[in-house]
Amino acid sequence: MTIFKLALAGAVASVAFAGQAVARDQVQITGSSTVLPYATIVAEAFGENFEFPTPVVEGGGSGAGRAKMCEGVGPNTVDIANSSSRISQKDLDTCAANGAKDIMEVRIGYDGIVFASDVNGPEFAFTPSDIYNAVAAEVLKDGKIVANDYTQWSQFNAALPAQDILVLSPGTKHGTREVFEDKVVLAGCEATGAMKAFMDGGMDEDAAEEACLKLRTDGRNVDIDGDYTETLARLDTNKNAIGVFGLSFYQNNTDKLRVATMGGVVPSTESIASGEYPVSRPLYFYVKLAHMDVIPGLKEYVEFFVSDDMAGPNGPLAAYGLVSDPELKKTQEMVAARTPMGPLN
Amino acid sequence: MSDIIATGAAVPARPKNSILVEDKLMKKRNAAEARFKAYGIAAIAISLATLAIMLWTIFSDGVSAFRQATLTFPVTLDAAKLDPQGARNPADLVKVTTVGYGTLLTTAFRAHLQEKGVSTEGLDDKAVGDMISKAAPAQLRDSVLANPSLIGTTKDISVYATGRIDGFLKGRVTMQTAERDANVSPEQLQLADRLREAGILKLQFNSGFLTNTDASDQRPEASGLGVAIIGSLYMMALVALMVLPVGVAASIYLEEFAPKNRFTDLIEVNISNLAAVPSIVFGILGLAIFINFAGLPQSSSLVGALVITLMTLPTIIIATRAALRAVPPSIRDAALGVGASKMQTVFHHVLPLAAPGILTGTILGLASALGETAPLLLIGMVAFVANYPAGPLEGGVMDPATALPVQVYSWAARSDPAFIERSSGAIIVLLFFLVVMNAIAILLRRRFERRW
Repeated sequence: MTIFKLALAGAVASVAFAGQAVARDQVQITGSSTVLPYATIVAEAFGENFEFPTPVVEGGGSGAGRAKMCEGVGPNTVDIANSSSRISQKDLDTCAANGAKDIMEVRIGYDGIVFASDVNGPEFAFTPSDIYNAVAAEVLKDGKIVANDYTQWSQFNAALPAQDILVLSPGTKHGTREVFEDKVVLAGCEATGAMKAFMDGGMDEDAAEEACLKLRTDGRNVDIDGDYTETLARLDTNKNAIGVFGLSFYQNNTDKLRVATMGGVVPSTESIASGEYPVSRPLYFYVKLAHMDVIPGLKEYVEFFVSDDMAGPNGPLAAYGLVSDPELKKTQEMVAARTPMGPLN
Repeated sequence: MSDIIATGAAVPARPKNSILVEDKLMKKRNAAEARFKAYGIAAIAISLATLAIMLWTIFSDGVSAFRQATLTFPVTLDAAKLDPQGARNPADLVKVTTVGYGTLLTTAFRAHLQEKGVSTEGLDDKAVGDMISKAAPAQLRDSVLANPSLIGTTKDISVYATGRIDGFLKGRVTMQTAERDANVSPEQLQLADRLREAGILKLQFNSGFLTNTDASDQRPEASGLGVAIIGSLYMMALVALMVLPVGVAASIYLEEFAPKNRFTDLIEVNISNLAAVPSIVFGILGLAIFINFAGLPQSSSLVGALVITLMTLPTIIIATRAALRAVPPSIRDAALGVGASKMQTVFHHVLPLAAPGILTGTILGLASALGETAPLLLIGMVAFVANYPAGPLEGGVMDPATALPVQVYSWAARSDPAFIERSSGAIIVLLFFLVVMNAIAILLRRRFERRW
C-alpha cells in the first residue's frame, strides 16, 4: 500500500507546483551559439567578481533563443536572448502578445566571417566574385548566364591556384548564412555582372537576388548545418576544401587553418573594426526590461557585459575574437537609461 | 517400437560407402555449414573491430584529460594589496577583484623565476604572466575570501598553466603550430621547456577534471565535470525513486490483477509503443508540462529527472512484467491453495521472487537513461553552468545543473582544440559509470536469480 501512497503524494506535490513559478536567483540566458562563448566568458568573470551566482548560459541558436525569450514574463522564462542576427518584427510581436513589451537591444560588438583552408595548402586571395563563381548555381560566362560548370579556382581567376573547388558554406539555419549571402554571394553576383544579366533577362530585383543566392548542388558547395567544429572536421578529411568560420574560431585553430584574404584585406579584429574587411556582422543580446529588478544580478550582468573591462577593445572578449563596437559608449548610456528598443522599420 | 522396426525394413538399401568418406551431398552440406560459421565469425569480428576502434579513439584522445600541466611557485599574499584597510573586513576583501589577484600572481611567478635563475629571454612580462591560467586568480581569491587569515603569509601554490602550454607538454602543440598561433609563441614554449627542467612546470594527475565546474572557452584547462557528475547523480537518484514505485505498481496491476479485455490490451500496445518514441519528444513534453505549466525551474535536475522518468517508464514496465511472468504459476497456485489472498500471493511470494529481475531491468533502464542528451536539450540542461547545485537536502535538485552526456556534447562544439581532449575524457567517465551500473546488474542477476 505504501507504494500507492507514495505515488499519490508525488501526484499531489506536482499539482501543488502547478501554476506557481519558483523564484530564481540566477540569470538565465539562451540563444545564438556564436554569442555563447562570449556570454560564457562574461558570465564566468561575473560569477567570480560579483556576489551573484554565475548566470546559466545555453546555446541552441538565435531564432530558438528569441522565441524562448518571447514566451512571456516571469521567473520561469529566460531573461536574455543572445542573437547573431537582428530580432524580427514577428518576434517582437510575439513578445508583446505574451506580455514582454519592453525589450532592450544591446549590440555587443561585431563578428568577422572568414574563409579558411587547410594550413598546408596554397594561399588564397579571394574577392566576393570568386566565391560567387565557385558556389552559385548559375554564373555569367562570356556574357551569357550558364549553369555553373567551373571545377577549378583558376578557371575564373588565374591568380588562384588550380585546385578543385569545394566550399563548405554555412547551412541555412546558421546565423552566419545571412552574412555569407548578403556580403559575399550577393556582392559577388553584382560584381561579376550576373545580377545585371539576370535583370536584363526580364527578372525584377527580388527575383534576380533570389537567382543570385541559388547555390550549386553538384557537390562542389556543401552546406554545413552543424557548428564550426564540423566544418573543421570536414576540412581535415578533404584538404581541398574552403571552409567558412567565425573569426574567433579561426583564431583558436590557427595551427590547422590558413585564412584567405577578402578583397586583399587580411581579417583581424582591427581590419574589421575599421571596416576594411567587408564580411562582418553585429552581435546582439536582447533583455526583457520587466525582469530587470526582479531577477537578482540581471542589471549588474548587463552593465558588466557592455563595460569597457569586458567588451572594450582591450577586454577579454576582444582577445577571444570579438570586434569591439566603436559606439560602445552609446550602448553603455542606453543600458544605464534602460531604453527599450523602438519598433523596427 | 515394433512399428519403427517394421518401417525400417522398408527403407531402401543403405549406401555401401562409409560415412567417413564424404559424398557429394555431404560435401555440399558441410560446406554450407562452414560458410555459415564464417559469416557468423565475420559478423562478430566486424562488431568487435568497430568497438575497438571506438574505444581506441576515445581513450587515445581522452586519457590525457586526466593529467594537467601545473605551475608550482610561492606567492606572498601582500596585505597592502589584498586588504588596504587592514581590518580583514569581508566587505573590503571582496572589493579586490580577480584583476588584482592576477597581477599578484604574475609578479610572484616572475620573481620566482628570477630567484631560480630561469631566463625569460625574449619574453615581456605580460607574455610570462600569460602562461598562468586565467582561472588561477579566481581560485586564489576564493581561497583567500574563505580564509582571510592567509593574508600576509607566503604560500606555495599550484595553479594550472594555460591550455596551450598544457598542449605542448602533451604533444598537441608544437613549435611549428605555435608560430602560427596567436595564443602562444615559440618563445613561451621554450620557456616552458626550461620551467620543466627547473621542476616548476609539471604534468600532474588532475583531480580538478572530476571536481571543477565548467569553464569558458578562454580557460579550457580549468574546466571539469563536477556539476555534470552531481547533476547526473541527482537525476539518476530521482529517476530511480520515481520510476520504481510507478513502474512496479503498473506492472503488478497489469500482470496480476487486470482483467483481460480490449481496454487492457490497448494499454499494453500503448506501453510498447511508448518505449519506441524518440526521446526528444519527451523533452518537448517536459518543456510544455513541467516548465511552462507547472512552473518548475529551467535547467534543474528535477525537471530532467521527471522527463527521463517518463522516458524510462515503459522500458521498466516491460522488464518488470517479464520478471513477474517468469515466476512459475505453481507458486501462485500453492499460495492461493493454502488460503492466501491474491494480494498476499503477489506481495509475499511473486514480488520477492521477481525482485532480482525487476532490479536488473531497472538498472539497465537507468544506464540507458544516463546517456540521454536529446530530451535535456529542450529543458535547458544543455547549458553553461558554473555553480555547483546545493546539497540534496537544501533543494539542490531545483538548482541548474548539467549532465555527463550534455557536457560531452557541449565541449565537442567548443572552438579550442583542448576541449576535444576533455570531451573524450568525459566520455571515459560516462563509460565508467555505465560499466559500473551494468556490472551491478550482472552481479544481482548472478547472485539472486532463481531458475525453475
